[in-house]
Amino acid sequence: MVGLLRNQKVRNALLQVFYVGSLAALVLAGVMIARRNLAEQGITSGFDFLYKSTGWDVSFSLLPVTANDPYWWFFLIGIINTLFLGSIGLMMATIVGTVVGLARTSSNELARLLGRTYVDIFRNIPLILQVFFWYAIITHLPTPRAAHEAWGVLLTSRGLYLPAPNIGGVAMALAIVAVIAAVVLPVWLGRTSRLSQPVGERLAIQLAGVAAALACAAVILIVGRLPDLPLLDFPALQGLNLKGGFRIPPEFSALAVAIAIYGGSYIAEIVRGGFKAVGKGQVEAALSLGLSPWRVFTLVKLPLALRAMLPILANQYIWLIKATTMGIAVGFTDFFMIVALTINHSGQTLEAIGILMAGFLTINLSLAAVFNRINKAIALKGNQLRG
Amino acid sequence: MEMVVVAPPAPGALEDLRRRFFATPLQALLSLVSLAIMVLLAWKLLNWAIFSAVFTTSGGPEACQAAAGACWSVIAARWRIILFGLYPFEEQWRSALACVTVVAMTVLSCIPAFWTGRRIALVWGTGTALYYVLMKGGVLGLPYVGEEAWGGLALTLFIFVTTCLIGFPLAICLALLRRSDLPWISRTTGLIIDGVRSLPLISILFTFAIVLPFALPQWLAGDKLYRVILGSALFFSAYQAEIVRGGMQGVPKGQEEAAMALGMSYWQRIGRILLPQAMRNALPATINQFVVAFKETSLVVIVGFFEILASGNAAYGTGDWRFAYVEVYAFIALIYFVFVFSLSRYGAFLERRMSVGER
Repeated sequence: MVGLLRNQKVRNALLQVFYVGSLAALVLAGVMIARRNLAEQGITSGFDFLYKSTGWDVSFSLLPVTANDPYWWFFLIGIINTLFLGSIGLMMATIVGTVVGLARTSSNELARLLGRTYVDIFRNIPLILQVFFWYAIITHLPTPRAAHEAWGVLLTSRGLYLPAPNIGGVAMALAIVAVIAAVVLPVWLGRTSRLSQPVGERLAIQLAGVAAALACAAVILIVGRLPDLPLLDFPALQGLNLKGGFRIPPEFSALAVAIAIYGGSYIAEIVRGGFKAVGKGQVEAALSLGLSPWRVFTLVKLPLALRAMLPILANQYIWLIKATTMGIAVGFTDFFMIVALTINHSGQTLEAIGILMAGFLTINLSLAAVFNRINKAIALKGNQLRG
Repeated sequence: MEMVVVAPPAPGALEDLRRRFFATPLQALLSLVSLAIMVLLAWKLLNWAIFSAVFTTSGGPEACQAAAGACWSVIAARWRIILFGLYPFEEQWRSALACVTVVAMTVLSCIPAFWTGRRIALVWGTGTALYYVLMKGGVLGLPYVGEEAWGGLALTLFIFVTTCLIGFPLAICLALLRRSDLPWISRTTGLIIDGVRSLPLISILFTFAIVLPFALPQWLAGDKLYRVILGSALFFSAYQAEIVRGGMQGVPKGQEEAAMALGMSYWQRIGRILLPQAMRNALPATINQFVVAFKETSLVVIVGFFEILASGNAAYGTGDWRFAYVEVYAFIALIYFVFVFSLSRYGAFLERRMSVGER
């Protein structure tokens, strides 16, 4: 027996069995105790609860919802809300970050100072404090009666009211798909090897693709229009409340603004780092070829900087998607809030936590996979990136 | 023949200004727009924060509401709640002293003379113990104050310090385990690290605070505060482990082989050769991680702790100061800013200092 222990291989195997085994035992013990505790409270384990109706309501949802809907439908709504908030927040943060980042790399000292002040201030204040701040600001806006109004958009303490199109849900979804196609199509047509025409002729085909996709969207919108209503439904005051239009709740706006401003300050640094990584020789070579500063920027600096930025940007995007969970602080019904509510109401603790983990793993992994694909597609082969 | 080269005359102030800000029409436009934004913002901010602000409590909330600018009297009236939370009024000097202890500890560990494993451990060990005795009392004639009454800045700092104190050694363990030659150990550890990293911190805090008591036997559950600290330490260590691992990968392989050739044992190799060099490589990223961890302590407000953000909400949320939310948030933001900004500036300074050494 002792002789066996002297054998390196046996020792290694035992060590591994011990490590993995003790971790597994820990998890197993936790699950067993939890199941016993829950059973004492009369809660049965398993995923049957997903088909029961919840009995509670959510304040914001892109899909139709009632208190009679089952749990799985609420989880779906939560994920869609998280993704909706995430994509709006990421888009806004990217715009803010690009502008500030370009200001930070500009040759103008005043613009650099402005960008630097922005980054220093907003990076150093916790996101959740910013969420609380914007939420307090928005909920202290005037009541619907005294709303700020511009172009049919109403800004009130009860939320932001936008004019909404009177179009059926299915048609709306199809139209959105068509618009996305209009963006993706020219890129795909440009990359595919099936089009071997020179760039000038390819452009015509790409434009035709965009036009076709947009025409599709228009047709869908006109066909799917709800009968006997104007195309756009403007919000209007009725009694003490606002009727009509699309309401964006204060919780959503506060989170989106906070994510845009806080995330923007981080993305600005990534943008600056990307431009710093562009080799000086590349820019000098382009200048010596007689390219104008604008063309040097669009043809040399930007593509190279984009490639340097992308991996870090992907990490930042994943971080920002996870940050949407701060919605629980102000009461936005995102995925995490639905999970927390489920635990409170149904007691299905372990199952709900499992669904939470699976949901975030899926979101993070698919985002990472998409970025890896893009990164692989645009990465430079060879050593062009060297200064 | 001697050639005399005359330097061009130094540009005058006006010429210098023109060159720096108005070289081309585009530059001029950019300068003017930036200048306009800066002047506008500075004027609005100064006007609000200083010129038309109310600073004294003498007029009460009414005088504030009438004023056009900021109402700093809410801070004057409620600073004790914001900084100390629910801590007993007569004992609040202890809470303040505890904050000073933490700050002193952080400053000491920023001085290179303390950068040996033993000294750092000594500073953090005594500092944390001192903090704990001051806050909790029950000995040395200090009245006992339970954890449920801790709050404000002191609680924020406590969560930060203990998170780092538990998370840092844990991070080194995780990094070493992940680097292990034994495939099952390294893979399992990798799974744990990546799993924790893919989850939002809030969900981990929530799990540790509210869900974990179900999965633990009664005698192990402990106080909610310590469970939350454990959760946040786990999160910190998962990120820090990857930083440490990155630092280890930067150490040339020959170093470890040389140590092996000298007959050093595994722990000697790790403790004397690998870790010191790895930590040096990882220092900038580590400081950055501390900055992030400090900002993230603010998330415990979600699982119901009375840390500085929650106490700020309480300071304006109750009674007559309901309108003064911007001032309270500005005050808390300033506190966070001072801590986080100085820490990150220190990180940048270290990075510069170290890159000088490498050249």
